[in-house]
Amino acid sequence: MKIIVCVKQVPDAKDVRLDPKTNTMAREGVQSIMNPYDRHALEAAVQLKEQYGGTVTALTMGPPQAEETLREAVACGADDAVLVSDRAFAGADTWATSYTLAMAVRKLGDFDLIVCGKQAIDGDTAQVGPGLAQRLDIPYVAYARKIHSCTDGKIRLERLMDDGYDLVEMRLPGLLTVVKEVNEPRVPSLKGKMKAKSLKATVLTAADLQADPACLGLRGSTTQVVRVFSPEFKAERCMLTGTAAEQVDQLLAKLDSLQ
Amino acid sequence: MNYFLTEEQQMIVDVARQITDEKIIPQRAELDEKEEFPTEILKTIAKADLFGLYIPEQYGGFGGGSFDMVLALEQFSRGCVGIATSFAASALGAYPILISGSDELKERYMPVIARGEKWAAFGLTEANAGSDASGIQTTAVLDGDEWVLNGTKQWITNAGDAKIYSIIAITDRSKGPRGASMFVVEDTDPGFSYGVKEKKLGIRASSTRELIFKDCRIPKDRMIGRQGTGFFTVMRTLDLSRPGIASLGIGLGQGALDEAVNYAKQRVQFGRPVISFQAVQHILADMAIQLEASRALVYATSRYIDSDPKDMSKYSSMCKVMATDMAMKVTTDAVQILAGYGYMREYPVEKMMRDAKILQIYEGTNQIQRNVIGQALNKEYSRS
Amino acid sequence: MLKIDVDGCIGCGVCESTCTFGAIKVEDGIAVVGDKCTLCGSCVDACEVGALSIERAEKVVISDLDSWSGVWVFAEFRDGRIAPVAMELLGIGRQLADQRAVPLSAVLLGSGLGEQARELIGFGADQVYQVDHPALASFTDDAYGNVLADLARAHKPEIILAGATAIGRSFIPRVATMLATGLTADCTDLAIRPSDGVLLQTRPAFGGNIMATIECPHTRPQMATVRPLVMKPLAFDGARQGKIIEVSPDPVLLQSRVAVVESIREKGDQVNITEADILVSGGRGLENEKGFALVRELAELLGGAVAASRGAVDSGWVGYPHQVGQTGKTVCPKIYFACGISGAIQHLVGMQSSDTIIAINRDENAPIFGVSTYGIVGNVFEVLPLLIARLKERRGTRAGK
Repeated sequence: MKIIVCVKQVPDAKDVRLDPKTNTMAREGVQSIMNPYDRHALEAAVQLKEQYGGTVTALTMGPPQAEETLREAVACGADDAVLVSDRAFAGADTWATSYTLAMAVRKLGDFDLIVCGKQAIDGDTAQVGPGLAQRLDIPYVAYARKIHSCTDGKIRLERLMDDGYDLVEMRLPGLLTVVKEVNEPRVPSLKGKMKAKSLKATVLTAADLQADPACLGLRGSTTQVVRVFSPEFKAERCMLTGTAAEQVDQLLAKLDSLQ
Repeated sequence: MNYFLTEEQQMIVDVARQITDEKIIPQRAELDEKEEFPTEILKTIAKADLFGLYIPEQYGGFGGGSFDMVLALEQFSRGCVGIATSFAASALGAYPILISGSDELKERYMPVIARGEKWAAFGLTEANAGSDASGIQTTAVLDGDEWVLNGTKQWITNAGDAKIYSIIAITDRSKGPRGASMFVVEDTDPGFSYGVKEKKLGIRASSTRELIFKDCRIPKDRMIGRQGTGFFTVMRTLDLSRPGIASLGIGLGQGALDEAVNYAKQRVQFGRPVISFQAVQHILADMAIQLEASRALVYATSRYIDSDPKDMSKYSSMCKVMATDMAMKVTTDAVQILAGYGYMREYPVEKMMRDAKILQIYEGTNQIQRNVIGQALNKEYSRS
Repeated sequence: MLKIDVDGCIGCGVCESTCTFGAIKVEDGIAVVGDKCTLCGSCVDACEVGALSIERAEKVVISDLDSWSGVWVFAEFRDGRIAPVAMELLGIGRQLADQRAVPLSAVLLGSGLGEQARELIGFGADQVYQVDHPALASFTDDAYGNVLADLARAHKPEIILAGATAIGRSFIPRVATMLATGLTADCTDLAIRPSDGVLLQTRPAFGGNIMATIECPHTRPQMATVRPLVMKPLAFDGARQGKIIEVSPDPVLLQSRVAVVESIREKGDQVNITEADILVSGGRGLENEKGFALVRELAELLGGAVAASRGAVDSGWVGYPHQVGQTGKTVCPKIYFACGISGAIQHLVGMQSSDTIIAINRDENAPIFGVSTYGIVGNVFEVLPLLIARLKERRGTRAGK
């Protein structure tokens, strides 16, 4: 099976804050990590490879330092890695990102399966996976929580729903996005890390992709950011007084204004 | 402090650290509480290729030495000494085969140990032979093509979960120091059974049991090295493994220091974080000094051992004594810093203090170590 | 491309301190932009000497924006009923439609829909596009996506809203890609910009540590998914008039490359409290299992999950997976209700970074009040039932439930 895993290097979201006075992101001590959901995606791909044979290619769109994440992917079982990097990609929203990734995937040739994490913890949109599948005109299943089998060109899996799950079957080639329940990602092995050390990732620029510049980066984006701000800090320490009924009414009013 | 590790050594540290943070620390309290052997964690360590760290490449190992093991153990023991001991004890069981075993014996056992598929254990101690190893009474008698073992080993780490056991038994009592030999006993050998799991003060995730040999029959080729070399192999094994135990001490000390400093920074009394009080700072300072000094000695010793010197016993004993005495003091101080909270099982430091004690006892008590050092000094100065 | 006029730049560094992403720095007295620039334009606005500008290539506006008109809400139908989020979307949809002076329509896809479209009208829709077909009985990204995209192309709404549910977040991105338009996920606020009628979509990023307002200026429809329980539905008005438009889609659209073999419903005790937006947590102050039931009821009404202090778990009223604190889980929900919890440090470390903390405890000196946003000193057995009753009232009457 030829499997492509989309990974992204992201800042460790739990540490990211805005300094409300300067409106700058506090960057001190914020580490770059592989998007946690992508670790699960990679593990799913590697497990399929171990079970059915084949190769796993890690693919990422990002600045040059994103190569670190590709090394991590190889240390955890990916066979090779592709970095799609170009200044022209800056400012891309999910629309432009899925275009760029689709061009890269086409360049890599035939594949059986693409696996993505449910969402990236910086953007939190969960849009690139389905968008990429649509651009490649392949079917997809989002929120995969358990993979049952992959035989006869079909993958059988459980898709998480709000009230339980659906058991579905998808013809390959196709795309999956996975949730954390799908597996326990492995820790890199020593041999893997040594292999990753000597990794020469394939680098693809906008020119290599023969991408239409009008579709890249900010220019190619359909959405743009109007402004960024800190969520309201509710450090009020407000005690609600009165009878129980009055307290409850005040509380409900506060809850309403929260939303 | 930067100890100028090579890239490969740094990889070992990074992988071991990740396993410690992601697997060991989240599970340590439960495994300690339930006295449960860390099977899944050891499997994760195996998949990360760390069981083969000290095993030569020709047997599928990493081809590293003492220092590489020290680096890995330091990370694991920062998480839990019980779990780290289970990993270390497998190396202890494998060393005799590596040191004295025939090529055929090594080829048979090293690859499977390197892959972490089967764990090993080391059987020396008996009810009447602790510090006085020469007092062992387990016997091995040749009967045709088989050795027949009789006797009981006591307090063996990994007993019951390991499948490969390096056992020392008397083969000819009249020969004194050359009267014992080592053998590989496998879990499936007839006449070999385990005692009940011991309940311990600390390292409760580690399995400790008796090994019972009752007319246990093993093929002749299971002898490790030549007949009569048993005590030599044991001494050499312990020389090699002591830095590992010392490393358990420095990892444990680091874990305890981390907890103590973090706590002292956020605990507020008398309107200030307690770390702002000199008394607390002094305790923490002494902890940090002893920890770093121990680390420096352990690193230097294990690097020295990797240079394959003739005389490693003295330094090996020194680093074991220093690091383990330090760990006992540092963990006790950590409990003191956390005070009431430190005494509660909800917080990790009381377990660290309980775990520290064994380090001063096993692999040769610190009193025996001091004997070794004293005798070595005597011998050294006699030469000139 | 961010253009820096190197002659005009005075190296004052205002841009550097304004930049949210750390992408522009002053080096050797001149501003230099790096890889992380997202072209948001904050520095351009901040520069006092006008040395910064964003060069945007002329965008070919494919569609005539003015020909797209109307606000649509996708109404999710599963298990024989319309998902409540649809009503919430109609609530905000009504506001947006009124501001734009355009109709509000709902799109209802499913099988065996019966008369349920009437509910959508009662909750504010002017019309409902109803697509009732057996092929839509199970949710598939292909069929649902094809039908919605096809309807959108035909009727050209300027805004489409959908719930950020498992279904919505799965197929709406595909629809947006099919329509070559922008989509903003998980919005917590929607508003119309008065100057140009554009939809302003506000959403959290970086796990909620940062908020961003997004627009989709050059394409239509402007699409957004909205989290459940964020918007409020209008009061149901059974007398409201509206049109129900039955749609028979081309069978080709209804084919799916993914087959749903079976749909399994699961009881929610597998809830992972670390992922819930709302937690209602109970402690020893609830006294017994019956008292703790109030916590369960409140959680259910708010669509949140049940959490507990160690005291409640040790007392056996709830299982260990719900425990918050030093020896339980650490949580950071949007809203954390601490009911009958004193707030010992071991509990606080597990929840004190929650966005909004509401504490109810009869002891005014309870440490929990030290970290709470809103505190009620009171009897939890008076306050909780009142709160529950009020919330039930607000739910209003709903046909069939």
